[in-house]
Formats: sequence, C-alpha cells, structure tokens
Amino acid sequence: MLKDITIGQYFPGKSVVHRLDPRIKIIITIAFIVMLFVADSFYGIGIGVVFVLGSFLLSGIPFKMMLKSIKPLLPILIFTGLLNLFFISTGDVLFEWKFLRITTGGATTAAFMIIRIVALIIGSSLLTYTTSPIALTDAIERLLSPLKKIKVPVHELAMMMTIALRFIPTLIEETDKIMSAQKARGADLETGSFMQRAKALVPILIPLFVSSFRRAEDLALAMECRCYHGGEGRTRLKQLRTAPRDYVALFTTALFIVLVVLADKML
Amino acid sequence: MAIIKTENLTYVYGEGTPFRKVAVDNVNLEIEEGELVGVIGHTGSGKSTLIQHLNGLLKPTEGKVFIDGEELWEDKKKLRDIRFKVGLVFQYPEYQLFEETVYKDIAFGPKNMGLSDEEIDKRIRETARMVGIKEELFEKSPFELSGGQKRRVAIAGVMAMEPKVLILDEPASGLDPRGRDKILGQIREYHEEKKNTVLLVSHSMEDVAKNASKILVMNKAGLYCYDTPVNVFSKSQELMEMGLSVPQITRVFKRLEACGINVGEEVYTVDFAKKLMMKLLSKNNLEA
Repeated sequence: MLKDITIGQYFPGKSVVHRLDPRIKIIITIAFIVMLFVADSFYGIGIGVVFVLGSFLLSGIPFKMMLKSIKPLLPILIFTGLLNLFFISTGDVLFEWKFLRITTGGATTAAFMIIRIVALIIGSSLLTYTTSPIALTDAIERLLSPLKKIKVPVHELAMMMTIALRFIPTLIEETDKIMSAQKARGADLETGSFMQRAKALVPILIPLFVSSFRRAEDLALAMECRCYHGGEGRTRLKQLRTAPRDYVALFTTALFIVLVVLADKML
Repeated sequence: MAIIKTENLTYVYGEGTPFRKVAVDNVNLEIEEGELVGVIGHTGSGKSTLIQHLNGLLKPTEGKVFIDGEELWEDKKKLRDIRFKVGLVFQYPEYQLFEETVYKDIAFGPKNMGLSDEEIDKRIRETARMVGIKEELFEKSPFELSGGQKRRVAIAGVMAMEPKVLILDEPASGLDPRGRDKILGQIREYHEEKKNTVLLVSHSMEDVAKNASKILVMNKAGLYCYDTPVNVFSKSQELMEMGLSVPQITRVFKRLEACGINVGEEVYTVDFAKKLMMKLLSKNNLEA
C-alpha cells in the first residue's frame, strides 16, 4: 500500500541529540564528515566511529534503525569493498587463486573504506532521524541566510522545501483515494504490458495534477490573505536559540577532530 | 438470498505498528436485494471502511464478504467482476474525472467492462438522462462544468456500469440544499426504476429518513443496528447519546410526547407528520 511509504525518517524523541539546535546539528554533521575524511589511519577512524556511536546511544534511536539506514547502500558497500580488495596490490600476498589476488594492503584499504562509508551513513542519518524535516529546512534557511547578500532567494527556497514536505502525505493520501475510485470503475492497474500499465496511469495522474493545481491555488490565496509577502521582515513563532548544550556539543566535536588529527600524527 | 452478506467482518489499520486501529469490528450483516439502505454513523465510525469491503477494495483482516452468494477474495481474478457488480461512488467523486469530454468520462467504466460501443452509447444516454445531464454537455470538458454537474457526471460514470448494488458515499456533501435534493431525488428515481440495491451513506438524518427503506447505523467500528426507519428512530435516545441526531421532526414529536401529547406513532418525515396531524385534527374536530 502507498500508505507504507514514509518520506523523511524523523523518529520523534526527547533526547539531548533531539533537542540540539538544528543549525548546530547540521554544522556538527558536516564537521563529522570532515573528521572522517581527515582520518587516514585506523586509530583516527576508530575515534570517528566512537563519536558517531556515542551520539547514536545518546539519541536513543533503536539499533535496528541504524541497520535500516545502512541497508539500501549495501550494494555500494559491497562493490567498494570488493574493488579495493582485489585491485589494490600493495603489501604481502594473503591469498592467490588464478587471476584473483588478495594482499594485506587491499584488505586493510577495503576494511578502512567500508568503515568510513558506514560511519558516514550512520552519522548523516542520525541528523534526519533526530530532526524533523521542518526544523531542518528552517535551519538550512538560517545557515544559508548570508547568501541573501548575493541575491540568492534563500527564504523562497526554504519555503518551497517546507511546502513540498508538508504536502507529501496529503498527495499520497489523495493518490490512494483516486486509485481506489478508478479501481471501483474497473480500472486495471496491476496487469497488462508495460505500455498498457503506463496508459492505465492516465486516469490517476490527470485528477492528481488537477487537484494539485487546485491546492496550490488555494494555498497561495490563503497565504496572501494572511499578508504573506516573502521573507522580508518576517519574524518567527519558534525562534532557533542556542543553549549551553549546543556549545558543549560543538566543543566535543572540535575535541574529537583534534583527537583524530593527533591520533593520525602520533600513532 | 441476501445480495450483500458479511460474516464477522473485521478490518484493522496499521497492524503491528503503534498506529493500530480497529476500523470495522466483527460486523455481521445481511442486506436483501432491492433495498435502499441509508448508512449512518458519525465520522470515524467505520462507514467508509465498511463500504470499501463490499467491492473488494479492502481485504478484510478477518471474516468474509459475500456478494450475491459469491465470496470475495476466494478468487482474486474475479474481483474485477465484483467491482462491476457493486458500483462504488466515493465522496467528492468529481475529483476522479479525467477524460477530455463528459461523454468519454462516463464511458470509462462501461468500456472497462468490455461492452460494445452501441451498448455503451445507450447506457451513457440513459444514465445522463437519469442524473439530469443534458446531451449538449457531452462534448464539453468535465472540468468546465459547475460543481453540481461534475458530481452528477461522476455518479453517472458509475451508474452506467449498471451495477446490481450501487453504493454512494455522501453523494450530496458540499452541495447547496437544492443541489442535494436534486441528487438524492435522482438516486431514488434510479432505485425505483432499476429495482436494484442502493446503499446511501449520509450524515443527514433528514435525507436518510426521506429516502431509505432500511437504515444501518454504525457506531465505534461496530454495527449498532440494521432495521427499518421506524424502528431505528424509535431509539432516538440512544442515537443522540451516540452523537447522532434524529430528524428534526422526530425531535419535535418526542418533545410533544414529553409534554404529554402522544400521537402513538413514530414520526420521521415531515410528510407523514402532516398527514398524521391532519388526521388527528379532523378527528378532534369531530369529537368536539
């Protein structure tokens, strides 16, 4: 069923990670990605992994959600792993069979790359798990606001993102309804050749388009009635405010980056 | 034999998630052929979920549905035939219009049935007449019509399949009083002409009281009762406790009863009330 599709993977909660300012969370996530790419030894990456696992534990997101976020990227992981495993030929030979040769260099690089990608996925999905899409667009708008100086329509872009996110569930519900209605009139959506099935979508897509335009018009009118005129001079009900915990989080992240650099240099 | 029969019909939304909700709870129902059934119940009582089971759009979590003696879901391939047998008009059906012309849109259902062009043409003309769509409108785009016309075209699209059972979910919602009377009147005429079974979901007790031969009341996902209007409206106290109203005229007579004026009969339409009053008045005049 269409209802099972979830877009945005926000997992509501009240943990410290949830309560962090979304702007800070975005900055920390970017810092974390930098951290992973700065690290070029197992010690460095190990510290990165400790950082992301620690954040995960703090967020209280169930462990299986972490696995769920990795699952769709499994093919890429396997591909990267195999490529590194077989095509890097530095170090001692561990295993040889016809044209296949595994070396210590290959094995360590493969392991390193996989750990790095997994950490990357977990870190970035932690951001979307703990931040509602609306808070995220809000934060993006605030972070990008300096770009307004060079005439980038930051507010408009953020508003578009917010509206799009807001209407995804509505459109899914609408599609579901229209599909049922056309099925009740004998529309056959499940069988037939590719062309027939594509044609069978017409009775669903046209009403969906019509109603989307109608909705857009209604929304535009409703916004105008409430004197919406873009971002200029607009104030917010929910102000984003940094709290001491945000600075603690930033400081901790900075500390970890220093640790990573030190670990790579010293060990 | 009952045309619609359900056995322990239960439907649960979102099984296994925190959002689990029983929408239809153990409903046993038998509807005879040729009835015009009014289906009432407040929002969330399971009416819409129930009717979507009757043409196989939803699969029961538990229990069985029989249409014309045939069990749904026994053979998935037959489901499409069931949908031609049980026509379902959703709420706000005008949102399903999609063709270039009114004519083609009404033809969509019959065409899916694989009927011949002459038969389709005949049915379109007949149903358009029944719902009061003039033939001049046939070549117009359905998106150019007024709200009420769109609604009637959409209803005609289902009627043209000539289903043995026609189910309409709030066909009059969002229309002005004249529009609603017109549509409900046309549905009743259609029922009288075709002698088929019609299920009419409605919020308005007046509409149901005026048109239905039987009333089905849903409450909290369960079937509260299925009976004749007289018997259903005699339980006005219980209906009101459920958050459902009874027709205004019934309330007037209940109040009269409470004041000590007992007319001795269940009143639920204005016409009947009028006749009854005339009769009582003339009797009183004679006595005086």
